[in-house]
Amino acid sequence: MSKSFLEVDGLSKTYPDGQGGDLTVFGDIRFALDKGEFVCIIGHSGCGKSTILNVLAGLDEASAGNVVMNGKEIKGPGLERGVVFQNYSLLPWKTALNNIVFAVRARWPEWSREKVKEHSEHYLKMVGLDHALNRKPSQLSGGMRQRVSIARAFATQPELLLLDEPFGALDALTRGVIQDELVSIWQETRQTVFMITHDVDEAILLSDRIFLMSNGPNARIAESVKVDIPHPRARATIFQNPAYHKTRDYLVDFLVNRSGSASPEKDGTPRIVEPASDAGHSIPADADPESEAAAHAARA
Amino acid sequence: MASLNVRAALLSVSFLILALGLWEMATQPPDAQTGLTEYEMLMGGAEQESRVPPPSAVIKLAWAELSDPFYDAGANDKGIGIQLAYSVYRVLAGYLAAMVIALPLGFLIGMSPLMYKAMNPYIQVLRPISPLAWMPLALFIIQDSDASAIFVIFICSIWPMLLNTAFGVANVRQDWVNVARTHELGPLRTAITVILPAAAPTILTGMRISIGIAWLVIVAAEMLVGGTGIGYYVWNEWNNLDLASVIFSILMIGVVGMLLDLVLGKAQKLVEYKE
Ligand SMILES: Nc1ncnc2c1ncn2[C@@H]1O[C@H](COP(=O)(O)OP(=O)(O)O)[C@@H](O)[C@H]1O
Ligand SMILES: [Mg+2]
Repeated sequence: MSKSFLEVDGLSKTYPDGQGGDLTVFGDIRFALDKGEFVCIIGHSGCGKSTILNVLAGLDEASAGNVVMNGKEIKGPGLERGVVFQNYSLLPWKTALNNIVFAVRARWPEWSREKVKEHSEHYLKMVGLDHALNRKPSQLSGGMRQRVSIARAFATQPELLLLDEPFGALDALTRGVIQDELVSIWQETRQTVFMITHDVDEAILLSDRIFLMSNGPNARIAESVKVDIPHPRARATIFQNPAYHKTRDYLVDFLVNRSGSASPEKDGTPRIVEPASDAGHSIPADADPESEAAAHAARA
Repeated sequence: MASLNVRAALLSVSFLILALGLWEMATQPPDAQTGLTEYEMLMGGAEQESRVPPPSAVIKLAWAELSDPFYDAGANDKGIGIQLAYSVYRVLAGYLAAMVIALPLGFLIGMSPLMYKAMNPYIQVLRPISPLAWMPLALFIIQDSDASAIFVIFICSIWPMLLNTAFGVANVRQDWVNVARTHELGPLRTAITVILPAAAPTILTGMRISIGIAWLVIVAAEMLVGGTGIGYYVWNEWNNLDLASVIFSILMIGVVGMLLDLVLGKAQKLVEYKE
């Protein structure tokens, strides 16, 4: 059996329910991530997405189960995992640049001052903030703060990036712009990303796979939906791809109609779904041969 | 329309002139001879002597004192500058000693709920004790009036610093602590690079309260131990029935207190941050 880059095995989280019993938020979560994959997780509020992400980050502990990355069990926070929080979590007394310098210095303590600064500036440029290096977070808009936060996470070049609804607090226009930036940064770095979102379009634009979580209590990652749209993608053109609409319809249907009753495979792993090559849907003539073959296989 | 600042300054000056004018009028000596009873004549105008002096007399004295603040003509006759310097020195000595203890201890208490619970009863009992109540014990144990005054300053300025440091440290946003954790900072580096700057505004608020209390207490402490200092000076001038000097030194106590607060206020500005 070939080991994946990241393996999550039987993760569960229980809290005392206040009446002597236990309340299981989520149970027996199993999934694996490959190196370089971009995976989004969608589910209704309160099902435990943030808790799972915090366990991966090492900031929270699961009640049962374990997480293994690169063959080593995750026991606490570490620099090989970068986190972008929904509320940015920048240090407000430091300038944008110094927030990044703080992270880069922690990652490479042996680097010279100049090298640290140069490296940090490079990442701020990548998110288009070279004009705001010396501003404090309070002098930046929400979108700019989240850019700094993203730059900080990418600057330490973690093996796994964890993003918890990074654009949740932003207006739609800003969100779109930063999504495109994230696409292009990821195109360059090809880091492994695990991201929580509640935005279906965002998930399709960014991910290779989308995990769908059923409602709590006792929530599960019920399905793993393949997004069969080639990279590089762009917000302006992605909706022209027929796979986009099929995937979108599938996700919305899950969230609206099936999230209460969905369940994973018997062995606890998520059901693998490929909406774009589903037998029930007609395949467009210009579809690529791979999905054509998949469709044939499904019909047979 | 002049700016708000200019108008406020004009108004302040008018209040001052009005107050000084009223004061001056209220403290005029009664018309010579006419108003005096036989008894008062016999007393040679002693009544006139013990009147509150008019502002003009206080200003005259202030001018004389401030033009030579550091003269030293024996134990009972030193310039106001020397007396103030003694007081400031005692305040700073006690205050710095309190800082050396309160900041690290506050950090410890703020970071460890166990330490907080263990120390809390002592703090709650010791904090409400008037600093002057320590004076006899301090005099007995330390056997030195100067050091005892410094000890009293130490004991009164330690509490606001300790409590504010503990509170500031305990309430650092968990997000920022998580940033330190995800970047694998050790406990010491987390304390210095994240918790200290995050809690600094709260800590400085405590330090500012402390210096205010210390300056209040030093006057009373010096009245008790005597010898030198602005508190002793006020009491001494009262014993001499030199009311002009008493009023002048009261004003100086206010001015120095304001300056001390100003310095801490500036320091507070330096560490402030907006979220
Ligand atoms: N201390 C706690 N005691 C009981 N339940 C908790 C506690 N902390 C979190 N929860 C529950 O855990 C669930 C998962 O929370 P979270 O991971 O933030 O969900 P999501 O990110 O998917 O919205 C929530 O339903 C919440 O009520
Ligand atoms: Mg959440």
